Amino acid sequence: MSKPKIYFDYAATAPLDANVLKKMLPYLKEKYGNPSSIHGFGQEAGRAIDEARKKVAKFLNCKPSEIIFTGSASESDNLAIRGVIKAIKRKKQTGERIHVVTSKIEHKAVLETFKDLEKDGVKVSYLPVGPDGLINLDDLKAEITPETDLISMMYANNEMGAIQPIKKIGEMVAKINKIEEHPIYFHTDAVQAANWFNLDVNKLGVHLLTLSGHKIYGPKGVGVLYVKEGTPILPIITGGDQEWKLRAGTENTAGIAGFGVAVAKIRSTKSEIRNMTSLKDKLIKGVMEKIQGVKINGSRNPETKLPNIVNFSFLGVEGESLVIALDQEGIAASTGSACTSTSLLPSHVLIAMGLSELDAHSSLRISFGKYTTIAEINYFLKVLPRIIERLRKISGR
Amino acid sequence: MYNKKIIQHFSHPKFFGKIKNPDVVGKAGNPRCGDLMNLYLVVDKKTKKIKDIKFETLGCAAAIAASDMICELVREKTLDEALKVSFQNVSEGLGKLPPLKVHCAQLVTEALKDAINKYK
Repeated sequence: MSKPKIYFDYAATAPLDANVLKKMLPYLKEKYGNPSSIHGFGQEAGRAIDEARKKVAKFLNCKPSEIIFTGSASESDNLAIRGVIKAIKRKKQTGERIHVVTSKIEHKAVLETFKDLEKDGVKVSYLPVGPDGLINLDDLKAEITPETDLISMMYANNEMGAIQPIKKIGEMVAKINKIEEHPIYFHTDAVQAANWFNLDVNKLGVHLLTLSGHKIYGPKGVGVLYVKEGTPILPIITGGDQEWKLRAGTENTAGIAGFGVAVAKIRSTKSEIRNMTSLKDKLIKGVMEKIQGVKINGSRNPETKLPNIVNFSFLGVEGESLVIALDQEGIAASTGSACTSTSLLPSHVLIAMGLSELDAHSSLRISFGKYTTIAEINYFLKVLPRIIERLRKISGR
Repeated sequence: MYNKKIIQHFSHPKFFGKIKNPDVVGKAGNPRCGDLMNLYLVVDKKTKKIKDIKFETLGCAAAIAASDMICELVREKTLDEALKVSFQNVSEGLGKLPPLKVHCAQLVTEALKDAINKYK
């Protein structure tokens, strides 16, 4: 019997949808024009981008002119943060500080960007999270000062699925902006949320929002940044006039066209969420029944937790060896345990939630997607106890 | 990521487990890095040869493979000979560890040194 190929790592990347690929192929073949060219080849490519932009705008309930295509969600995060800070800085008097608020559990694209900007004098407040992975709105309120320029808070966490109260933060920001002269801009990285929630930017009250192509069954190498009209922002990649002069570089036509189809295919209906939740519950129940010494990291409340991500800690087992052992059985998953000479420290997210270092090193993230089946979960539940038992024998714990 | 030899020693380690009455137990690693190793030794009092050796390792696949490899390399060696086994020898024994995993070979040689120093 050949080894099965089971993919439980949708939070890392998702497979390309067949319709997305179909849309992309002509732009990799005969429709190769440069969208900026005024001849027929160029115009044909330009139309594909316009069409995709409209689809994204519809998804976010905004204007097409508020959509910027980038090369990745990391780039979108960088553009949102660096671009807004750059524009604000130019308006400020010399000596005036930039202040931003974020959380300790952001994606590295946000966290490392802020760490970098701190070296240039930007003041950054990092909000803590509870064991459920959620920030506390009172903590946020306490950090906001009349000088605060930007808040960046991820919508749903990629490691353990906690959903932050983005709408409530949006309301808080709107209220403050009504009274205060000095506006606060609000960015959210909604990469992991896009498959599940209504991302109507007006309802959320955000000024900037990041999306990724390959997390929604679209292509890699395309991201989106929504920028609300009137938000101060400058490009971080300068050059040509593409993307409203905010992102120079010849457009990735095929990728952008694919993004459009991928975003238009998102349904996020209640029944889809229910189905996913029942798969997740089946997994959790099975693991808890069959294996002792397991913890589930993060919130268990479906209101504040993605339906497709579960983060376990298996005591006495190191995460990377578990991932390798699962891979040998044909199952792809991931871990928050780093074990490389450049970084031996475990996931900053799990540590921020208060996990011990050993528990964080023992973590396994399972993330499901639209192609996940009950049969795959059953197979996982069949092989997992044997692997855990073997690794615990080796560790003597 | 890993070559066949590393995967082989990770999947089917020969030397894992406890020794009931060891002459000495070497320890290495720390919870911060997620690697913890116990190395159990039985030493022949006359010849000073390592007669039996076993490990328990909480760690990544490379750490487990390296643990198995050090046991293979030093079994039947005298303590003085065993001390000469370097982390490079462990890495080479595994057909070379990836550069980012060399610290796993250091972990197991530290555990061995700890055991031998304690014994002496």
